[in-house]
Amino acid sequence: MSELSAPSLPPTGRAPLLAAGALVAMVAGSAAGLLLVPADALQGEVQRLMYIHVPAAWLAMLSFFVVFVMSVLYLVQRDLRWDRVAASSAEIGVVFTALTLLLGSLWGKPTWGVWWTWDPRLTTTAILLMIYVGYLVVRSFADEPETRARWAAIVGIVGFVDVPIVYLSVLWWRTLHQPPSSPRSTAGEFVYVLLLNVAAFTLLYIYLMVRRYRIAVAESHLEELQMEGA
Amino acid sequence: MQLALRTWAILWKDMLIELRTKQSFSAMIFFAALVLFLFGFAVGPDTATLSRLGGGLLWIAIAFTGMLSLGRTFQSEEVAGGLDGLRMYPGEVRAIYLGKLLANFTFLLVLEAFLVPVAVVLLHLEPWEHLPVFVGIMLLGTFGFSVIGTFYASLTHHLRARELMLPLLLFPALVPVFLGAVNATSLALAGDPLGQIGVWIRLLISFDVIFLVLCVWIFPTVLEE
Repeated sequence: MSELSAPSLPPTGRAPLLAAGALVAMVAGSAAGLLLVPADALQGEVQRLMYIHVPAAWLAMLSFFVVFVMSVLYLVQRDLRWDRVAASSAEIGVVFTALTLLLGSLWGKPTWGVWWTWDPRLTTTAILLMIYVGYLVVRSFADEPETRARWAAIVGIVGFVDVPIVYLSVLWWRTLHQPPSSPRSTAGEFVYVLLLNVAAFTLLYIYLMVRRYRIAVAESHLEELQMEGA
Repeated sequence: MQLALRTWAILWKDMLIELRTKQSFSAMIFFAALVLFLFGFAVGPDTATLSRLGGGLLWIAIAFTGMLSLGRTFQSEEVAGGLDGLRMYPGEVRAIYLGKLLANFTFLLVLEAFLVPVAVVLLHLEPWEHLPVFVGIMLLGTFGFSVIGTFYASLTHHLRARELMLPLLLFPALVPVFLGAVNATSLALAGDPLGQIGVWIRLLISFDVIFLVLCVWIFPTVLEE
């Protein structure tokens, strides 16, 4: 182990630019959501939470969809790069799922009068969090990179297929939630502010992915070195 | 045909192991009954409350006990490289999954044959009026549990901390089976004035079919070396 070659990490390249873009978009989105549009007539100021609650939920969905696609790709091509992308995306997804639940809870207390209600989307989101925490825990319990990638991919696929069925079952079980915020139910300027925030969060996701992927590459270099040393 | 024969061989082997080690089975029945007693203590002795919650309590007892029995499915193969031996036989490895799945299914059904009468007495359940529907729901729910339970047991059996990993993966995935089985069972027990039971039975059937196909399809990947 006399000469350690510096691990070849993917170049940071445009990452700072991405970070700046995400930051500007987030600031603009929050400013627009807080100052530009009027508060909701019925719910008042608290409704402004929508401008981060909905994008956070969108990001969670996007992350887990990426996990699913990368899991399928890994099982087909057996390229560890796909596994690293999946792992990065799952971590970001778990963080944003937790954030969605937290924001929803803050929104729920003043509007529904409770922190938690057994509403289908709320309940499904909580189950979603559990499924992907399970995914991350499986990763942490497997040592060998190929085995870990294979098992994680399987959990990523089975878990993703389960989500719509969970949603449907909980929907039949219970219903009490305003219909999803969509361009149809939100009028005019609200939509643009919401879309701006969705775009801002998506930029943030891409930036976080670039960063997290770099860490994943560094981690696998470290693992290789440890195996050589052992 | 080949697949059916291999599946049957695995099922027979696992059943034989169960028959020769009866103690774990009787211990498991007592564990399930114990869970029902704990529910009784938690809920209180009120007859109406107990029978109203009956469907849910019964399925929690089945899920907890089933969890323990799933854990052993692949553990028995750890001894003397049993799984490597099975894998080395030429032909379809999916038979290992199907055989284990049917073994778990049968094992749980036998367990339920003992557990349900105990639950009927302790929780004051009345399954008699809709007995065929009740039995059908038990079959569908137990099959769904076995399909995904056997699959995740095969995935977690050589992970560290498998006792923790199996429920952590299995219970969130089981939510549709659990909701379907609990609601259908409760309706079958308490009567179904609005005719909602069909929705839950269809949910159970859909879950069973979708995950049977998915798990059978993906299983060879689990066993790769």
